[in-house]
Amino acid sequence: MIPYIPNTKEDQKRMLEEIGVESIDDLFESIPKNLWLKTENNLPSSLSEMELINKMRELSKKNVSLDEYVSFLGAGSYDHFIPAVVNHLSARSEFYTSYTPYQAEASQGTLQAIYEYQSLISQLFKMDVSNASLYDGATALAEAVILAHNVNHRQKVLLAKTIHPEYRQVITTYIEKTLGLSVVEIGYKDGITDLAKLRERIDEDTSCVVVQNPNFFGCLEEVNEIEEIAHKSGSLYIVSVDPVSLGLLIPPGEYNADVAVGEGQALGNHLNFGGPYLGIFTCKKEFLRKMPGRIVGETTDKKGERGFVLALQTREQHIRREKATSNICTNHNLNALRAAVYLTALGEEGLRKVANLCLQKGHYAARRICQIPGFELVFTGPFFKEFSVKCPISPDKINKLLWESKIIGGFDLGKFYPELEDSLLLCVTEKRTREEIDKLILSLEKMI
Amino acid sequence: MYPEDLKYTETHEWIRVDKDIGTVGITDFAVEELTDIVYVELPSAGGKVIKGSSFGTIESVKAVSDLNSPVSGEVLEVNEELSRKPEIITQDPYSKGWMIKIKIEDLTELDTLMDAEKYKEWVEKEEEH
Repeated sequence: MIPYIPNTKEDQKRMLEEIGVESIDDLFESIPKNLWLKTENNLPSSLSEMELINKMRELSKKNVSLDEYVSFLGAGSYDHFIPAVVNHLSARSEFYTSYTPYQAEASQGTLQAIYEYQSLISQLFKMDVSNASLYDGATALAEAVILAHNVNHRQKVLLAKTIHPEYRQVITTYIEKTLGLSVVEIGYKDGITDLAKLRERIDEDTSCVVVQNPNFFGCLEEVNEIEEIAHKSGSLYIVSVDPVSLGLLIPPGEYNADVAVGEGQALGNHLNFGGPYLGIFTCKKEFLRKMPGRIVGETTDKKGERGFVLALQTREQHIRREKATSNICTNHNLNALRAAVYLTALGEEGLRKVANLCLQKGHYAARRICQIPGFELVFTGPFFKEFSVKCPISPDKINKLLWESKIIGGFDLGKFYPELEDSLLLCVTEKRTREEIDKLILSLEKMI
Repeated sequence: MYPEDLKYTETHEWIRVDKDIGTVGITDFAVEELTDIVYVELPSAGGKVIKGSSFGTIESVKAVSDLNSPVSGEVLEVNEELSRKPEIITQDPYSKGWMIKIKIEDLTELDTLMDAEKYKEWVEKEEEH
């Protein structure tokens, strides 16, 4: 291919001369010699553009596509339907290629889109304020925990064991070493947080109580009771929610959450091989100045006309350096834009329909699976679109067999919960048709 | 501009001492440097403050700055009005714009602070930079 960034021997020689070193190797002097690669890089020779395209096409055939496979896998990433208008609008070059909107006078479209996103999310979550988004649900949750510590300076963090296990790992990575906070995990009982255990562990040094609703097992937590327990000890109440579930479930603002976050991928974003995703972050107004990330505000220009700017930037890293509220002062703008277009296209009624379809289809699938001998629900409480199933054969084997019928099975809960080693977490979104669910049932029946 | 009865820190806070109780605010010079003050965050009464450490933050349209305590001790009272009307600090930094009252732990800490004359020299030096 054409070397788009030419770096000739002559160029190299001139650059080395200019800075006064003999060879390129001299530039790496400060790296201990034992860490140097001893052998040559074993790379193939360069390809022509045509050869490269063929090569990439071959490689991409190793992927399976959701156009071909039917997925019952959720556990944090969800296969919801995306209306064509989402792709169409978010792919417009005005949005797609624009740089971060530091210059308000040149970025009104992007700024207004973020403002709309913030307004939609605040409405959906019934929370006072939303930021312009963070990287994903896991980091948003970790940032929420940091916010709580910055507010009350307490040292202990109570995490429900029913939170996505990888989210819990991210939180621990974020706070244990750097801030020295201690993490205590609260066990579960019949699939939801054990309130007795929570009452036992909470104290005056508890910075925050963190739960996920619906939780990782798909079950609905007792959000009102947990609120009471958290606030009684003066701790902040942090909730991570599935935004799609808010088409039906009570929003976190209505059960007095202090900070509510969520993974926004489900709102108009593809699975994207696991990322980039969308970190939704909302909180009460009183914590506005502790909120991480950027915020777009509405203002008037000198002619008195409505306009939009980045607001409260003084909290951010490029101004406040190490004392910033967070290391993050950017956002996942294209993902946020897609969420905004998705929510606008669906409207309140549309989102309620999507949520209701997930609920109905999920329950249909669960009922049918439990009719197969040996299969039963692990937990008895209410669930939304995901549910945990105890299986008569190993989940790993089930998934392998389903794969052969072009079905992507569930999440093997034993990976993170040894006590649930025979259980699968299945997900049914509005995209799953009755035929697809019946095909899953049939495949499972054949295994017995 | 810098009242005689106050003591001053290098980071532009003042303290007025009455027996073992100190009232703390920021100086006229700090107010001018900050320009429009939009928000002030203060600790809660009952909390501890440490000499030279941050007891709160002040936000202007330009930046967020730390407020540093001139002495160590317990916070007795906080000027709650400032959270709603931070402009009071600009209008009257030495009186109505007070921020916190501290029960001073060790009165000898006051000896390390500057008097009005020394503080004036300090400010003039800062302005040269």
